[in-house]
Amino acid sequence: MTLVSIIGFVLIIVGLWGMLTQNNIIKIIIGFSIIDTGIHLLIVSIGYIKGKTAPIIDSALLKTDAMNQVVDPIPSALVLTAIVIGLAVTALMLVYAVNLYQRKQSLDINDFEELKW
Amino acid sequence: MVKRFLILLVLVFFVIMLLPLVSDIQPQTELNPLAKKYVKDGPDELGSANLVTSVIVTYRGLDTLGEVAVLFIATAGVGFMLRRRKDSNKNPQKKRESSEILQTGTALLTPLIFLFGIYIFLHGHLTPGGGFQGGVVIASAILLSMLSFPQSEINHKILNAIESLSGVLYLVIGILGIYLAAGFLDNRILPLGDFGRLFSAGAIPVIYSLIGLKVGSELVGILDSMQRSDS
Repeated sequence: MTLVSIIGFVLIIVGLWGMLTQNNIIKIIIGFSIIDTGIHLLIVSIGYIKGKTAPIIDSALLKTDAMNQVVDPIPSALVLTAIVIGLAVTALMLVYAVNLYQRKQSLDINDFEELKW
Repeated sequence: MVKRFLILLVLVFFVIMLLPLVSDIQPQTELNPLAKKYVKDGPDELGSANLVTSVIVTYRGLDTLGEVAVLFIATAGVGFMLRRRKDSNKNPQKKRESSEILQTGTALLTPLIFLFGIYIFLHGHLTPGGGFQGGVVIASAILLSMLSFPQSEINHKILNAIESLSGVLYLVIGILGIYLAAGFLDNRILPLGDFGRLFSAGAIPVIYSLIGLKVGSELVGILDSMQRSDS
């Protein structure tokens, strides 16, 4: 358990709490973004190795010595993918919020009862 | 009261479910075997100095193709949900002119931000950065000019042409990899060149430029449909 993974875990729970307790749709979307950030931190913390550097080879980090000096490049690549997809999903959710507001002039989730049982 | 109790129950359930996963994350001391292979063979095999780039564009290139597809679907969804109402053309809202400072600053900064975005995605195989980051930077330049010139319209034909052309070319390069090199999205269809130079790493700069153009035009599309929506 590293510090970064604990922070990521706490952020996931905080975001989930926000999504479950808030009534405003915008706040629910913010909660989703917090979960997203927490997951990114969690993934990055898996590949991190203490005291090692970013996997980019240049004059300070030679090709032959790279094995002993860099962190795992795969979680970084996965997080890059996750960030872009998170951006797209957030944009789509905000547009849904705009559409819902146009329909009922309200952003309170309790005003949308069509699918409630 | 019941609702609060249920929420607490769900949260406790999630904590119990996720805690073993998190507590298993131990501080690592060395790379796992797969990462070791990528770090050891990557620079010689693909010629990319940025190992994250070689993982994203080539080793896991199919993931990136899927990611671009997800971004495209999201853009299409945004455009579909915010399509312009037919009667909104008749009486367009008069938008307030932006200030002199903003307009002058935009005229000065937009070309520089464009150049910076292009620099980021052209050097994706050498420095931190790449197609997605460069595309976002280019979209931010367009956002700045949207803010300072709210009346201006974006030419949708050019935008759509850039987006579709770069997407198709990305796929064509991927398929060329099957015939000229080892597999789909293999970057060795072009000569690898000198390690660490701008024109090196085979097709990686080309692929990243195409991704940059595609991501940039898609994000500009999202911004544009959000700006045009009449709410």
